[in-house]
Amino acid sequence: MWWSNLFTEMRPSDFLNFSFLPKYATAFVRGIEYTLLLAVFSVLLAVIPALTLALMRLSKNRLVKGISGAYIALFRSTPMLVQLSIIYYGLFYAISLPRVTLLGFVDISRFVPGVVALALNSSAYVAEIFRAGILAVDAGQNEAARSLGLSSWQSMRLVVLPQAIKNVLPALANELVTMVKESSICSVLGMAEMMFAAKTIAGSTGISLAPYTLAALVYFCINYPASKGIEAIERRMRRGDKH
Amino acid sequence: MATSTEALISVQHLVKSYHNGAVLALNDCSIDVCRGEVVAVIGPSGSGKSTLLRSLNLLETPTSGAVYFDGVNLADPSVNIDRHRQKMGMVFQHFNLFPHKTVLQNITMAPVKLKKKTPSQAQAQAMALLERIGLSDKANEYPNMLSGGQKQRIAIVRALAMEPEVMLFDEPTSALDPEMVGEVLDLMRSLAKDGMTMAVVTHEMGFAREVADRVVFMANGAILEQGTPSQIFDAPKDPRLRDFLAKVL
Repeated sequence: MWWSNLFTEMRPSDFLNFSFLPKYATAFVRGIEYTLLLAVFSVLLAVIPALTLALMRLSKNRLVKGISGAYIALFRSTPMLVQLSIIYYGLFYAISLPRVTLLGFVDISRFVPGVVALALNSSAYVAEIFRAGILAVDAGQNEAARSLGLSSWQSMRLVVLPQAIKNVLPALANELVTMVKESSICSVLGMAEMMFAAKTIAGSTGISLAPYTLAALVYFCINYPASKGIEAIERRMRRGDKH
Repeated sequence: MATSTEALISVQHLVKSYHNGAVLALNDCSIDVCRGEVVAVIGPSGSGKSTLLRSLNLLETPTSGAVYFDGVNLADPSVNIDRHRQKMGMVFQHFNLFPHKTVLQNITMAPVKLKKKTPSQAQAQAMALLERIGLSDKANEYPNMLSGGQKQRIAIVRALAMEPEVMLFDEPTSALDPEMVGEVLDLMRSLAKDGMTMAVVTHEMGFAREVADRVVFMANGAILEQGTPSQIFDAPKDPRLRDFLAKVL
């Protein structure tokens, strides 16, 4: 066949040549842990700025609204890698972090810029999630609260936000799944997460393909069950939502 | 049951327009509500009844005109509307109970947060109010466990917990199944008997005739006729009111 010589250098077994595992399993597991830490911390760190951005976006003040809109537009319309590079080489060139290592493998001077960049990016997306969640709460709820004499901030805090946050929890969990994947970009700047571990293993063993297959498998095994779980929770919430 | 002639609410030349004047929801409405008086507002749908009622506590911001409550013009942007709204209870067509709070929390939240009462005082008052409407066993339920009639009675009680000087009702029985209308009207009737000042937008003509001191007929954003129930229902003058009554009675 004409195509048979296209693959001469490659065998199917190359995809699954996990002979590096005995020696590099620890490094790989640390990579997984690093990835999870990046994702969890960046989403948690994004929640408060995102909520602030969402409330600003819903403000009547045009300036406040505009600032929030500009932030969201900026972070959603530029590539993550560019944002990460600017924050890493720009912002954290000015702010020098101590060379401390946490848990034996998390180098603060790289981890913090990574988390900050991911969080700043994520907050633009989460802000839109919050905004949609707030707008989805029936206007009558706010009217009822205001008619009792509560201020607009009290109504937001006591009546609208608790309902909005409950509505957006599945979307927030989805953002966590996205971050597990997106954080792989931090490998470019030497953060020792899963993708970086795969790259390092490939470089030092000469097994050029299987480490990435393993990374793909692990990403899948984290994210697929997680998103299925979220779907199930969403379905159950919708059933309980009759009020 | 008007106990005095002093106007608690005085609406003067109220205009509400949308889309830069393209839609006129209220066209120069003036009306007084006296202390202890029950005013029923009737009229075809789209006539501006709800807009008028919602203007009384500024849920709708008037385009022009004045809404005096206790002598203060609420339409003045410098007025602290939150403070005045504490004295004006409102009941909505769709109840608008807070689904994430229990019945008791629904009732006690505003009095406690607005520092009118301590949590224990508010709770005692809420239980007394629930006792009055026979729903004290529902205190710790969430609203989604209640029937429409129960929800609306609790919404009324929630507004009463703020000890308002006036109660505004925006079609309180329109979203109810027919068999639940009675229990809500009974509660409103007993409020009226207690001397509560009430403004009620309603399609329940029987209730308007029996309970209201004054009936106001609106159409196309204007108040066309007002008077005692017998004047309005037995001797209507405006042709549009006659036409309306012929359709609904």
